[in-house]
Amino acid sequence: MTSATLPLDPVLAPDDEDEDRIAERYDREELFVEMQSGAVGRLGPFIRPHRHLAYAAVAAILLFVAAQISIPLLIKGAVDSLMGKPGSWGLPIILIAFGGAILINSGANYLSEVTAARLAQRIIFDLRREMFAHLQRVSQSFMDRSHVGRIMSRLQGDVNALQEFFETSVTAVGDLALLIGIIGVLFALEWRLALLTLLLLPVLAGVRALWLPHARHVFARARDTSSIVNGALAENINGVRVVQATRREIANLADFDIKATENRNAQIAAAWAAQIMVPTIDILTGIAMGIVSLGGAWLVLTGHNDVGVMVAFIFYVQRFFEPIRTLSQQYTMAQRATTAANRIFEVIDVPVEISDTPAAVPLRADPPSVELRDVTFGYRPGLPILRHFNLSIAPQEVVALVGPTGSGKSSIASLICRLYDVSGGAVRIGGQDVRDVQQQSIARKVVMVLQEPFIFTGTVEENIRFTTPDVSHEAIVRAATAVRAHDFITSLPNGYATLLDQRGQNISVGQRQLLSFARALVADPAILILDEATASIDSFVEAQIQEALRVLMKGRTSLLIAHRLATVKDADRIIVLKDGAILEEGSPAQLLRLDGLYASLHRHNFSSFDEL
Amino acid sequence: MAPETGPPKPHLTHYSAGDAIAALGIDTASAPAVLRRVIAQAFRYKYRFALAMTACFAAAVANLMLPRLLGHAVDQAVAIVRHKGADNGALAPVAWTAFLLMAASAVRGILQMVAGYNAEFVGQSVGRDLRLAFFETLQRLDFSFHDRIHSGDLITRGMLDLEGVRGFLEVGLQRIVQLVVLSGVGGWLLFTRDPLLATVTLLFLPVVGLLAGRMGIRLRLAWTRLQERMAVLTRVMEENLQGARVVRAFPARAHQMAEFDKAGDAALAFANQRIQIRSRSMAQINGAYYTAMLLVLWIGSHRIASGALTIGQLAEFLAFMTILQMPVRQISMIMNAGARAVSSGTRLFEILDRQPAIRDADDAPDLAVTAGQVTLENLSFRYAPDAPWALRHVSLTVQRGRTLGIVGPAGAGKSTLAHLLTRFYDPDEGRILIDGQDIRGVTLASLRRSVSIIAQDVFLFDDSVERNIAYAEPETRRPVVRDAAITAQLHDHVAGLPAGYRTSVGERGSRLSGGQRQRTAIARALLPDSALLVFDDATSAVDAATEHRLRHALRAATDGKATIIISHRLSSLMHADEIIVMDGGRIIERGDHAALLAAGGYYARLYELQTQSSRPEADAAREEIEA
Repeated sequence: MTSATLPLDPVLAPDDEDEDRIAERYDREELFVEMQSGAVGRLGPFIRPHRHLAYAAVAAILLFVAAQISIPLLIKGAVDSLMGKPGSWGLPIILIAFGGAILINSGANYLSEVTAARLAQRIIFDLRREMFAHLQRVSQSFMDRSHVGRIMSRLQGDVNALQEFFETSVTAVGDLALLIGIIGVLFALEWRLALLTLLLLPVLAGVRALWLPHARHVFARARDTSSIVNGALAENINGVRVVQATRREIANLADFDIKATENRNAQIAAAWAAQIMVPTIDILTGIAMGIVSLGGAWLVLTGHNDVGVMVAFIFYVQRFFEPIRTLSQQYTMAQRATTAANRIFEVIDVPVEISDTPAAVPLRADPPSVELRDVTFGYRPGLPILRHFNLSIAPQEVVALVGPTGSGKSSIASLICRLYDVSGGAVRIGGQDVRDVQQQSIARKVVMVLQEPFIFTGTVEENIRFTTPDVSHEAIVRAATAVRAHDFITSLPNGYATLLDQRGQNISVGQRQLLSFARALVADPAILILDEATASIDSFVEAQIQEALRVLMKGRTSLLIAHRLATVKDADRIIVLKDGAILEEGSPAQLLRLDGLYASLHRHNFSSFDEL
Repeated sequence: MAPETGPPKPHLTHYSAGDAIAALGIDTASAPAVLRRVIAQAFRYKYRFALAMTACFAAAVANLMLPRLLGHAVDQAVAIVRHKGADNGALAPVAWTAFLLMAASAVRGILQMVAGYNAEFVGQSVGRDLRLAFFETLQRLDFSFHDRIHSGDLITRGMLDLEGVRGFLEVGLQRIVQLVVLSGVGGWLLFTRDPLLATVTLLFLPVVGLLAGRMGIRLRLAWTRLQERMAVLTRVMEENLQGARVVRAFPARAHQMAEFDKAGDAALAFANQRIQIRSRSMAQINGAYYTAMLLVLWIGSHRIASGALTIGQLAEFLAFMTILQMPVRQISMIMNAGARAVSSGTRLFEILDRQPAIRDADDAPDLAVTAGQVTLENLSFRYAPDAPWALRHVSLTVQRGRTLGIVGPAGAGKSTLAHLLTRFYDPDEGRILIDGQDIRGVTLASLRRSVSIIAQDVFLFDDSVERNIAYAEPETRRPVVRDAAITAQLHDHVAGLPAGYRTSVGERGSRLSGGQRQRTAIARALLPDSALLVFDDATSAVDAATEHRLRHALRAATDGKATIIISHRLSSLMHADEIIVMDGGRIIERGDHAALLAAGGYYARLYELQTQSSRPEADAAREEIEA
């Protein structure tokens, strides 16, 4: 992903939404996937450590619902008492009970909010951490195959979808309890009136069922046009220099106008579809209130009922349709969450191809020799890059691997670091098979410097120190000085404390590479691998970098991979690779005498092996 | 790896609303003006906007009828109880009330729909207008603006800030109208009935309003803070994944997990503060609301006992409180949306109000290319008044059919020079003449048609190959596009693609290799009938053999144009008619290849350096043989 990634998914749902707004958004985001129960079960292990919190949340929400249901009942009690209904409680008792209900209501409200939100947060952070930790363990070949942007959308978008689900699902429990509670109380108070009122529920369900297919289509179109218009905006901003250079301003504005207008029209159509439900619910509420008034009065007249019940009904009916609506949205959210959970588990389920054996010991790298014996390896089955390949590097030897792209140079480097496992043969460092040692211990002895220097956001000093703990500032300055990076670092605004941009865009490629050399020097590996570390550097700084390289390789077993001849002429031994096999091998002088490929390249002044 | 910034901040629940506004960076002095300007956007659709607001007003009034009618119904039921032996005729007034209830409720719903629909109509229309204005402004703003402001920031403004402004118009205003009508008109109606009880009923309004308002502002702050922390967490994850090879090349697993946990814990801390703020405020609001209800019930029952109030009237008061409850709670949302509209509006208007530094002079004529001669006279330029000079006293001439090579270390001013030729920046001193016309005196469109630049960092659009090639000249016919692709050595590759020239290149040209992207950009620059072609390190990713063929083809295709080649590789430019060597913004050597070698200066040393690995004359020799 580039630095100008689309913020299409805000990291969190905007907070300035009240419940209606969120509800409406969910109405508009109906996703219609099949519910898969598997994902829900898989979430179990993430909920279990927090189950006490989950129980507390459900208990608090049930208490909250009970307090809410009791309040209209207490009002009924007050009315009964005022009407002088025989057997009714005295007013003072009711008022005290009301006070108690208020306390319970507020307390339970607080507890349920806190516990539900905390629970959701914890599960979500655990899940994200688990995914991230798993990605640290999966093999490099998985990382090669997957797109960073796509993994990021799982780490963020999918995780957020789940978070919303968890946060609201405790509330949904409350809504369900409220609905059941209200229905129960209505029947207990006056079953005939309750029955009449409840008849409206299937009407609402029916209207919604008719409305949904149409709305679904309209909402989907509104969403699509939004992403089109935002995509066009982002592309034009990123390419604004080309737009201006090619005088496309007017044409692009006209094109954007079409997209923006289409989006507006689609959004307005969606607004219509969403708003049409508003009077529907209001009309139903009105009918319900009419039923309660007329029916209540009639029952009072016939002596089946009293005024208190009627008042209680009035308060219940006003809250009646709310839980139904939120529950149907909760279903939508659950569908979305299931999809998200499945996508998350897809990542967590990626098999860890390379892991430590139970008996793994630390790599000693003593002596720091490297041996590839009879190695067969390929990235895809049936397409081996290396076939029965043999290579041994003596301690402190500098070996250069040269050859055209695709000849297997980088594969050899990756195998030594055990980024991949061989499919035949063995890789040994200091006599130990890399499959028998702890993975992280390999990286402590073998450090690889890559063609594309990677700078993390942080200061210069932090970037040089990277993973090596307890390195003094002096040692960092010494390393930087040794690889000729000290001068440019001190010329930066804050010297070693200068904050570097992501990927180090405020310093040049050559300078970034010098920093990665310093990083390797601080790590002090016994074995050093330089994978095309000077390829992207222009001739003006190359001489300087060659010098830094000599310092870096001193006293270490080094493997130098390059396709430029200039880079390798100081090596003890040069190995010319082609199609996964050694073509020529020897010191630079020997190879020239051999009069093979290397000599011929040298004679014809080709600068690199890619010109073969 | 980012350092912790600043001293530890107090828990957000300790912030007062004023502190929170200050912490959000909202300038309270300019906030009303920004908010007025946001609302003014809606006045472009004044009829719809008026309709929305009127409907919203009327819906609130209809809403107020409900408690009154419910109270009536209760009183009518009470009357039935009191007059024992009433017959079915006593139900007639109740039936009438029930009918009115249904009617008021339906009217309320319909009016709310009208209000909601029209408000969204206005909001979406304003959104579209702002989007277009934003787009148009960005296209006009010059390079120095785009250099300063990160493209991600601009995208955020164009997407999220736009939503912030729109959301306030759509929902925020409606809620305000609703709240004012319900509390104002409703309060007045209650006062006419029972002043004491009305006072008690309305007492909860300021308390809950203040609580909710403070909660809204604090939640906005907590959310902003949390977003910042989440951005750090995202960055840690993204860098880890992008740098996966480096992470694996070092014993970095524990280190990276520690980084992740640090960022995650920081985000979690703010997430918890946000939960605290919301839960605590919600509980307080609920408590205040129900306490007021308790008071109403208490006083009301005494009044009923003394005969000053009917049971129905008490029910009316209570039902009114139920109705008023939601809009008062929504003060939180209004404050939140208002704060967002102010900060979003400020950020959006800041861009919209900006004037490009480089634009056509009044009545500027088109550039008239005759002899095709480009002259730079004593050019000096720096990117900012306090920045070092990027170019200093540069003078040169290049003519139709001739090639000028420019070489020099990174930061020598080579690309800057190229960007001045198309007026991406204006020089601080000196001038650029094309056939005697100062480029600042002609229209930008005619200048940029006459000067084509191919940059090292190629940007392609997510469209077909042919549309990308014809990007500058969309009307170009297919055979002409094909010819340009042939010259740029792209045709063989494109012809082999499944959909040929109609194949999509993917986002930013991701389906092409680096070299193919550069060659597409070259083909794109060949189509306009330009007088000057500038290759700014345009073949860095093209392999040597292809570059050789490309140069050969270009020579024939560009003999009617002046050419400038900027490169690190001497082999790309050693055949130029004149070569200038730049360092620190100045021309330090000039001449043709032979003369520069003979001079034994910087160029000669560079040549020496590059021939250690490759001798450029080998390429030149091959070229001669093949020519």
